[in-house]
Amino acid sequence: MLNDFFVRALLAGVGVAIVAGPLGCFIVWRRMAFFGDTLAHSALLGVVIALLTEMHTTIGVFLVSALVALLLYFLQKKPSLSSDALLGLMSHSALALGLVALAFMTWIRVDLLDFLFGDILSVNHSDLLVIYGSAILILVVLGIIWHPLLAATVNVDLARAEGLNPARTNLIFMLLMACMIAISMKIVGVLLITALLVIPAATARRLASGPETMAVIATGLGVASVVAGLYASLEWDSPSGPSIVVAAFVMFLLSLLPIGKFGKGSKL
Amino acid sequence: MTNTQKRMPLVELKGAGLYQDQRWLVRSIDLTVEAGEIVTLIGPNGSGKSTTVKIALGIHDPTEGTARQRPGLKVGYVPQKLSIDWTLPLMVERLMKLTGPMKKPDLEKALERVGIPHLLKNPVQNLSGGEFQRALMARAIARNPDLLVLDEPVQGVDFAGEIALYELITEIRDELGCGILLISHDIHMVMAATDRVLCLNGHLCCQGTPKAVSENDEYRKLFGNRAADAMAVYRHHHDHTHLPDGRVQHADGSVTEHCHHEDGHHAE
Repeated sequence: MLNDFFVRALLAGVGVAIVAGPLGCFIVWRRMAFFGDTLAHSALLGVVIALLTEMHTTIGVFLVSALVALLLYFLQKKPSLSSDALLGLMSHSALALGLVALAFMTWIRVDLLDFLFGDILSVNHSDLLVIYGSAILILVVLGIIWHPLLAATVNVDLARAEGLNPARTNLIFMLLMACMIAISMKIVGVLLITALLVIPAATARRLASGPETMAVIATGLGVASVVAGLYASLEWDSPSGPSIVVAAFVMFLLSLLPIGKFGKGSKL
Repeated sequence: MTNTQKRMPLVELKGAGLYQDQRWLVRSIDLTVEAGEIVTLIGPNGSGKSTTVKIALGIHDPTEGTARQRPGLKVGYVPQKLSIDWTLPLMVERLMKLTGPMKKPDLEKALERVGIPHLLKNPVQNLSGGEFQRALMARAIARNPDLLVLDEPVQGVDFAGEIALYELITEIRDELGCGILLISHDIHMVMAATDRVLCLNGHLCCQGTPKAVSENDEYRKLFGNRAADAMAVYRHHHDHTHLPDGRVQHADGSVTEHCHHEDGHHAE
């Protein structure tokens, strides 16, 4: 049964999964899962600001995430606070601030759960337009900075010494992440965005022999998780955002099965 | 290229110093590297060798003094520490092209020169310390740099390989006409081909030909007389190579099962 809302949900989820694949790989390579969490949690503050100023939610979330990304970028340059503690502080403070602010806004009727775990079945046409517009933008920019970003991921000093500009590249990557958070909030919610980034990439690692193939495989797995999760949620009436994440996790578990031992690149 | 640019050294530090975390890492460093010149930095741990190189490469901006690079300078850099996260699938071939495109013959020739052509399709995480060091060296060479910067290039490489690598460095200089900036913590072994040795200890302690430095009073104060006497000026005969299958290739091209006592330098 393919109701129109269901097709829209599928399309939206696929659009987000396509960008989550390559971005998620960088999150895993750079050990930035906690950073992703922090950005995602700050998205709730973005919602509050969007509601207060009657901005489009996606834009509000992007602005706040981008601001937090820039803040972290500059704070991390000062090694006064370990970045792990810094992220933990920012991540949960942002989430708590968002929850408190939302609770104070008694005149606005919102379902908190939709923000925390996503509301993919309510995706409308303008949401689709925003998602695909942003996804194309993210992919194009990521394609342009792919090689320098990979070099900066391996070693910043090396990239800098050999004539690249890793500081600029890293900054652009942070902004792409903020953009990705903004479009995926409606799909899986602030609490599960990191899962969509990290799980398909982690699964892809066991199957890939190069960074580019890993990104492509992660994208494929992300798309498959969205499709499987949404159909499962339709079948068993389970919450859709969490179902997508569960589907991704099941694929990760499957990749651990010994069948993979005889597959390509399984030496690792 | 204008004449002034041609005459300009590849890199030039004038009174350069770096202040970080409430202390001076290095101060008042004067350093130039010309095309076709091999400059070696020596000094005890924490004497600022790597820092000096990083200032010269533009990785750190000097707090005092100036650091200039010739415009359009192409650098090949082997950093002291480089670890590649397991989550990043990277074969040696892809590592070679990390910071820029590379012609396949250049790539293969460089791997051959450092003695690991058979590792082209191996994941970098599977290499031994010495093999990885060689791969990094090959990558820097294959870029056909104007300036080759090697921060302790022989770490993890066995003694026989060390001699071969030092020999290779000289060969590369003669062939490419590039300048070479070398860091060696091994004060016992500064090769004959080094044009200038700079001895660092937070500041420039002394500089000159290897022989002159070893006779310098300040150098002797820093390392003690015994160390100074032990500083070997390298002249050796490296006449055989160990092939990956365990056999031995001699300078005349013949291949035998083992090496013989009458062969030249060997791990001792």
